[in-house]
Amino acid sequence: MRRIESAEITEQVKTMCIQANTELGKDVVDKLEDALKKETSPVGCDVISQIIENADIARDETLPMCQDTGFAVFLVELGSNVEIVNGSLENAIQEGVRAGYREGYLRKSICDPLSRENTGDNTPAVIHVKLIEGDKLKIVFAPKGGGSENMSRIAMLKPADGLTGIKDFVIETVERAGANPCPPIIVGVGVGGTFEKSAILAKEALLRPVGSKNPNPRWAETEEDLLKRINALGIGPMGLGGRTTALAVHINTHPCHIASLPVAVNIQCHAARHKEVVL
Amino acid sequence: MSNVIKLKTPLQVSDIEALRIGDIVHITGTVYTARDAAHKRMIDTIDRGETPPFDVKGQVIYYVGPTPPKPGKVIGSAGPTTSYRMDPYTPRLLDLGLRATIGKGQRGKDVIEAMKEFKGVYLVAVGGAAALISKRIKEAEIIAYEDLGPEAIRRIYVEDFPAIVANDILGEDLFSQGKEKYKTQIPR
Ligand code: SF4
Repeated sequence: MRRIESAEITEQVKTMCIQANTELGKDVVDKLEDALKKETSPVGCDVISQIIENADIARDETLPMCQDTGFAVFLVELGSNVEIVNGSLENAIQEGVRAGYREGYLRKSICDPLSRENTGDNTPAVIHVKLIEGDKLKIVFAPKGGGSENMSRIAMLKPADGLTGIKDFVIETVERAGANPCPPIIVGVGVGGTFEKSAILAKEALLRPVGSKNPNPRWAETEEDLLKRINALGIGPMGLGGRTTALAVHINTHPCHIASLPVAVNIQCHAARHKEVVL
Repeated sequence: MSNVIKLKTPLQVSDIEALRIGDIVHITGTVYTARDAAHKRMIDTIDRGETPPFDVKGQVIYYVGPTPPKPGKVIGSAGPTTSYRMDPYTPRLLDLGLRATIGKGQRGKDVIEAMKEFKGVYLVAVGGAAALISKRIKEAEIIAYEDLGPEAIRRIYVEDFPAIVANDILGEDLFSQGKEKYKTQIPR
C-alpha cells in the first residue's frame, strides 16, 4: 500500500484552486490567437484581443481571470494501492477548497438552492471519483462559472434520432445559449451511458486539450462538422456577431441501453480553467 | 480595430445621441455598481417615496460582483455579470434619468424600448475580462447595502473602461443584427 497524507492533498488542492483561476492554459490561448486571425468582425476581434490581454494580466499579477471563480468541481482517479492517512479524501479536498478560495481572494459563489444563503467558503465542492488500478492519485480541478453551466442541457433521445438527432440537439443548445455563456465557448458533448453518465462524459470532454480529436474517426468527423456549423450561426464573441462562437467541440462516448440515446451538452466559456496533479 | 470613442461621466443626452451599435467606447469617471439584490432594494426605496442611495440622473450602472480585493488593492477582478436579470428594474431607472448600463448578454424588448423612449444606451463589457477591467478601476467605495457583500452598491472611479455599444437610442440591437450579419448557411 502506498500512503498519502491527507494534509498533502489539501495543500495541493489549495494551490490548484489559485493556479487554475489565474493561469489560462496555453491550449486555450493558442486557440484564441488562431481565432483572432480568422475573425472578420471588428467588434469580435476587439473582444478576443481583450480576452487574450486579460489572460496575460491574470497570470502576471495572480489575479482571477474572471470574477466568477466558479463551482469547485473535481475529477479524481484513485489507485487501488493508495491509502489516504490521517483523514479522508473527501475532507482533504473540501479543506483545500476552503483554504484556496480564502487565501487566493477568490469569490465564494456557493449558496443554498432556496434560501440563497452563501456557504461562505465555496464548499461543498463536487467530487467525482473513479477507482483505478495502481498506486497513484490523480486530481483534476475544474472551476465552473455559472454563466456557462446554466446553458448546459441534457436530452434522452430515441435511438432512431441517431447522429442527426445528436447534432441537432447540440446546435440547438448552443443557439439557445447565445451570448450568455461568454462565447467563444468550448462545447463538451457526452453521448451514451445513462442519464448521469452522459453528463459526466460531457464534463470529461471539456477537460481534453482544446481542439484535440476523438480517437474514433467517425466521432472526430462529427466534432469537426459541429464546430463548422456552430461557427456558422453568427453568434460570435460575446454574442455580438462574428465567426468565432466556439473554439472546439469535444465528444466523449460510452455504450448505452438498447432503448436509449442520452446526449448531454456541457458548455464551457473561454475561461476554460483546469489544473491537475498526480500524487 | 474601430476608433475608440471617449466618454466622460456623468453623461449628457448629447454624449450618447451620437453613439451607434458596434461603437467601441472608453469610459472615464464615476460609475455605480449594482446587481440583483441591490436593484431590488433600490426600486423598493423609490416605490416608498424615499431617496435611493444615489441619484441615477446622468449616471452609469455597471452590473458586477467582484472578487475580494487583495491587500492594498481597491477592488478584485471585476468583469460584467449577465444583464437580463436586471431587466425588470431597468426601465424604471431609465425613466429617472439613468443614461447607461454596462453588463453582458442581450437585453429584453422592454429595456430596449425604454432606452429609445428615455434616451439611454446599453454597453457590453467583455465577460471574463475581469482582471483587465480591474486595472481600469482606480477607486472603489461601498456606498450602500454593505450587508450584500459582493452585491453591495459601490461608487467606482474608472479610467478608459472598455465597452461596446450594444443598444443605442434608436432602438437598434447589436446582438440580433450582428448574428444576422455573420450567419452563413451550411447544407446538411
Ligand atoms: S461564463 Fe465564464 S467568462 Fe463568463 S462570467 Fe461566467 S465564468 Fe466568467
